Amino acid sequence: MSPTNIFAPASTSAKWIFDLSLFVLSVTAVIFVVVFALLVYAVVKFRRRWGDDGREPPQVYGSNQVELAWTVIPVLIVVTLFLATARVVTAVQNAARPAGAIELIAIGHQYWWEYRFPGLNVVTANELHLPVSDPARPSPTFITLLSADTDHSFWVPRLAGKTDLIPNRVNKMWIDPTEPGLYLGQCAQYCGTQHAKMLLRVYVDSREAFDRWIKEQSQPARTGGNVSVGQKIFESTSCINCHTVQGTVANGRFGPDLTHLMSRETLAAGAAPNTPENLRLWIQNPDALKPGSRMPPMGLGDRELDAVTAYLLTLR
Amino acid sequence: MSTDAMPWPRSQPGARSFPEKLHEWVTTVDHKRLGIMYIVYGLVFLLVGGIEATILRIQLMYPQNDFVSPQVFNRLFTMHGTTMIFFMAMPLVFGFANYLIPLMIGARDMAFPRLNAFSFWLTAFGGIFLYFSFLGANGLYGAGNAPDVGWFAYAPLTSRTFSPGHSTDYWTLALLVSGFGSIGTAINILATVVCMRCPGMTLAKMPLFVWLCFVMGGLVILAVSPLSAAQIMLLIDRYLGGHFFDTQAGGSAVVWMHFFWVFGHPEVYVLVLPAFASASEIIPVFSRKPIFGYPIMVAATVAIAFISLSVWAHHMFTVGMNSNGNIFFVVSTMAIAVPTGIKIFNWLATMWGGKIDFETPMLFCTAFLFQFLFAGLTGIMLGSAPFDWQLGNSYFVVAHFHYVIVGAIVFCLFAAFYYWFPKMSGMMYNEALGKLHFVLFFIGFHLTFDVMHIPGLLGMPRRIYTYEPGRGWDTLNLIVTIGAFFQGLGILVFVFNLLWSYFFGEAAGSDPWDAWTLEWSTASPPPAYNFAVIPAVRSRRPLWDLKHPEDPDWRYE
Repeated sequence: MSPTNIFAPASTSAKWIFDLSLFVLSVTAVIFVVVFALLVYAVVKFRRRWGDDGREPPQVYGSNQVELAWTVIPVLIVVTLFLATARVVTAVQNAARPAGAIELIAIGHQYWWEYRFPGLNVVTANELHLPVSDPARPSPTFITLLSADTDHSFWVPRLAGKTDLIPNRVNKMWIDPTEPGLYLGQCAQYCGTQHAKMLLRVYVDSREAFDRWIKEQSQPARTGGNVSVGQKIFESTSCINCHTVQGTVANGRFGPDLTHLMSRETLAAGAAPNTPENLRLWIQNPDALKPGSRMPPMGLGDRELDAVTAYLLTLR
Repeated sequence: MSTDAMPWPRSQPGARSFPEKLHEWVTTVDHKRLGIMYIVYGLVFLLVGGIEATILRIQLMYPQNDFVSPQVFNRLFTMHGTTMIFFMAMPLVFGFANYLIPLMIGARDMAFPRLNAFSFWLTAFGGIFLYFSFLGANGLYGAGNAPDVGWFAYAPLTSRTFSPGHSTDYWTLALLVSGFGSIGTAINILATVVCMRCPGMTLAKMPLFVWLCFVMGGLVILAVSPLSAAQIMLLIDRYLGGHFFDTQAGGSAVVWMHFFWVFGHPEVYVLVLPAFASASEIIPVFSRKPIFGYPIMVAATVAIAFISLSVWAHHMFTVGMNSNGNIFFVVSTMAIAVPTGIKIFNWLATMWGGKIDFETPMLFCTAFLFQFLFAGLTGIMLGSAPFDWQLGNSYFVVAHFHYVIVGAIVFCLFAAFYYWFPKMSGMMYNEALGKLHFVLFFIGFHLTFDVMHIPGLLGMPRRIYTYEPGRGWDTLNLIVTIGAFFQGLGILVFVFNLLWSYFFGEAAGSDPWDAWTLEWSTASPPPAYNFAVIPAVRSRRPLWDLKHPEDPDWRYE
């Protein structure tokens, strides 16, 4: 089954939308079947037959009673659909924020996602972890959506409907996941050349796993082993203009935070698996994995590439 | 060399040389010739936009396909959308309106013939200008660079920060220029319908085609003006230091969305009303009955026009409007289903009790009824805001609006082509080829656009040049692409049929369909002056009255 099926909701609001969509689908399906049947009947029954006498059929100009009927009935259907819709709109948009809610800021960048947990001292990119919500003690995540450049849209179909990230504007949404798992999605508003590879990965963890993840992510970079050559190259080139590694001089904000790069399963907003080979290729020539990406090729020699890759591989 | 020494090669009167003919067409102010030029122009861009769509579909046949680069893909979907709306559909509906309105109301030309020619040439220039961007946008020193901002060109992608070079300028100016052409034609249609009707043709006796085009003209003025204003604002942003849409300097991206969709949604009805107009002429003639509920059809049309001006932000359910705003646009959007439903029921009732001949025009109109029913119902789903939070900007939306634009508008336009081709050319088209075109295009349409809904339900967003495997989209996209080839084949049969019939077809006579409106009372093709004597009418079906003096319509109206 598709991991991005809108009819497989795994959160509270996605479930509400799913229930509403089933209602709308069934009403429209009934209308479709009835009118379709009438049309087929008319086409079959009133086609000109072989051996027709060629005389004109009775000329009928209209009927006010019939017109009234097929005005009033659709009005009633529309009112019903509207009321059902308005209820869900209000429930989703005006939902109260429970005490256990988690606060998150999501920032869209040309072709990647920045995530900040303001209360928890965590900044990360592209792979978002959220705790599963316990119905008895709900812990939904309330997200503030911002954009650093163009319009984007946050859409993880199984978790919530989409909401746009628009520069110079603050949007809000919330997610209340009910089942643990990995949920996929992607940017749903055309944002430039690599709109297609601005993928979303949301891991819904148990509360314990989530707390552990937060604890790890809030630590500064721990570098072990003999990688000082790579670190030195990294810190003396323009890498640090765009990337942050907490606890070092690298504090750029234009690109993803790399402090815990190796805790992520993918590179380049989901464009490729996070393997040493892909990481090296990405530093060497980003266009090879994601043509049009905003990261420039760094023009490093083979040995420098190996050293920088080795350094980044230690950022766990 | 003196001109005496080399006389201009004059052949005998009647057979003019090519430059003379060309000169006649270029300088013409005749509504029929301008109508035909609009139609031919729209057909050329139908082919161009169709080729672009085919390239897009080949790229999306398989996940991670590498047929075109992301840059080229983005340019092509921008050009495909812009072309199909502004340079295919608009010219085609204007072409039919231009050609038919004076003939149907018993006039000898449009109210402002020279404005008519001016408007056509503005539109023509706009399209050529847009396509010149392939050469000119990046200067001749670089690679060609067509606009890549999408056909609704959301800010701030159009700002000079994100769109350096001139590609966005070509897009803006092309739409600005053709927009002025559209407004000119709309004014002309309104003036013609108000002032040029023949004696006896009150507003309540106009053919429905004229009524719907009249309402379309009003909508064009109301819809295209804000678009033109927005284009001017965008130019000011890009070149004169304005900040309307410049989010880096306090401008608003959402304002552009409002400007665009306050044009964009009525635009759907600008295109679909003339399609309805054709169906409202063709269905009665081929069912051999008058249109059912004429006054209600007119009222429903006017209602659609009014409501369509208040629904635009249903394109913006995901931009973060508050719940009251969203609820308003839910109710206005769903309200439009009522008059639209009334229209479908009236067409159905027109067929009911008739004797339906399924010639090619009626085949296309019948398919249109089924498809428009379906498109309307998916529209209701999208109008239900929370459902739209899932469906919006997905392939479901792409499928929905292609169902409207191809399944309703293009199908009706094809019906109109076959129905009025004998009038315009004087030749009958080939019925077998017409049916073959219908079958191929019908199969292709349903393969492509029925199936296209499903990837949207499975989370596939629009405007992505490639996609990940393993999301359940692969097979569906392959089927969609196969359907595109069937449609392409159908179009080739259509073009061949038009050309072949024009040169080798049989003479059609003035009234091949035994129809009832005034255009069938004059010769095929009509002479430059349309009618030797301005007709006078007493009912909505003047030719019915002539053919059935024992039972004329005017007794009942």
